[in-house]
Amino acid sequence: MAEFTSLASAVGQHVHDGDRVALEGFTHLIPFAAGHEIIRQGRRELTLVRMTPDIIYDQLIGMGCASRMIFSWAGNPGAGSLHRFRDAVENARPHALEIEEHSHAGMATRYATSASGLPFGILRGYTGTDLATVTNNIAWVECPFTGERLAAVPALDLDVGIICAQQADREGNVMLWGITGVQKETVLGARRSIVLVEEVVDSFSPHVNGVVLPSWVVDAIAVVPSGPFPSYAQGYSERANAFYAHWESVSRDEEVFRTWMKEHVLGTGDHEQFLASLDPSLREATNA
Amino acid sequence: MPEPSTTELTWTSDEMMAVAAARELSDGTVCFVGIGLPSTAANLARATHARQAVLIYESGCIGAKPDHIPPSIGDGVLSRSADAVVAVPEIFSYWLQAGRIDVGFLGAAQVDRWGNINTTVVGEYVSPSVRLPGAGGAPEIATSCQRVIITLRHNPRALVEKVDFVTSVGHGDGTGTRQRLGLPGAGPQVIITDLGILTPDPQTCEFTMTALFEGVTRDTVMERTGWEIRVAAEPALIGPPTAAELTALRKFDANK
Repeated sequence: MAEFTSLASAVGQHVHDGDRVALEGFTHLIPFAAGHEIIRQGRRELTLVRMTPDIIYDQLIGMGCASRMIFSWAGNPGAGSLHRFRDAVENARPHALEIEEHSHAGMATRYATSASGLPFGILRGYTGTDLATVTNNIAWVECPFTGERLAAVPALDLDVGIICAQQADREGNVMLWGITGVQKETVLGARRSIVLVEEVVDSFSPHVNGVVLPSWVVDAIAVVPSGPFPSYAQGYSERANAFYAHWESVSRDEEVFRTWMKEHVLGTGDHEQFLASLDPSLREATNA
Repeated sequence: MPEPSTTELTWTSDEMMAVAAARELSDGTVCFVGIGLPSTAANLARATHARQAVLIYESGCIGAKPDHIPPSIGDGVLSRSADAVVAVPEIFSYWLQAGRIDVGFLGAAQVDRWGNINTTVVGEYVSPSVRLPGAGGAPEIATSCQRVIITLRHNPRALVEKVDFVTSVGHGDGTGTRQRLGLPGAGPQVIITDLGILTPDPQTCEFTMTALFEGVTRDTVMERTGWEIRVAAEPALIGPPTAAELTALRKFDANK
């Protein structure tokens, strides 16, 4: 059964040095608050897994928490680059980052495979690309029925899956809706899972594309309002595009980045204090 | 917003590019939309001549109808306006891989004379001079959509003889490559830049400049292309943006 706990205690209990961790969210419901807590607790040598690593992975990499990343698209959409990620790949700063990259279809297959408890999944993909030549975890299988050659990718073997959702009920069941990405697969495909929710409700209302994760597949639930900020939770908040645009100027210079992290993440005790430390203009959902 | 009178219209080269790209989408087309300019162009098409076009985003939004162009492919305006929102493994397997998409609309950092796309690295993979975002949905969009439209700004670093890294396959090294690899879709059929339109040669699949925007010369095309590009003997002239196109395009900005 899911245990209601503080985010600090959930991270302390479930995320260990050297773990393979996915903090998932496809633009929506990204667990930023959990990434900040991992940085505050100083985790090291993590393998970070994510389809769309964005600012929170830029921060984890820039703060030296990761030694490896498995991903399919690393960027700050519409706003710029992940300069801390690029600095790690291009210049090994703050230290080298080993990368394993896939396509979205390949990563989505790997998540679904992990949730299914299978060793590998198949897709019609990668054929003719250079991705297949630089990534070891892409292989080829022949369909035993038609003879078609298909790409094979292994399960993700996640130690920890961390997501945000909108709500939990008092029994610890979790509900999310809107863009649900690979949130369900992240929880079902990992040995341990942490879910951050906006609030606890007495009972769930139906929602278009609603997904419910029963309490017994979740390990820890932390109530963290605005936990996805600057990402968003449909029905609760809008994407803070002003923050994403601002990140370009923070991330570009390593010293500016470190100063910013010291003030807003290391220098704050929790997500509420982090949010309070920000200039109000960065909280705005301009262009949402 | 009042419609500008046609006699006093001015526009930027980016606006001309978005308009030309939008015109490539016919009404009723089911289109898998990439981030950036493709999203602008596909929505412009939907707001003008292609009102029944179905816009699909890799975040799982099917039939999105945003009133402005969001910076990401997963903003709330996409999911709230969509006919259906599905999980990401489903969008790639049941919808894209299963062959339900007519057109894949992609941007690129680099594209070569055969329409192969690079969004991974500039330089060597192991020690790149520029690390780009990576593949995203593009490799399988380029594999499985019935055809592909590419749009990018025209300069010799972007339109190159050979891409540094094949992230997504166009026509490989020429005619027959896609068939040999068993790729289901027909691959890139048009590239729209801020100078005009390139289409693959029917015999060789090499991209050639077949249409130009007003005022663009053959010399400009050659200077801004990274290979010895062929320009059609009598390239078509692409009509300027209409008042309706510009009004619709600018309305997206006004709605931000």
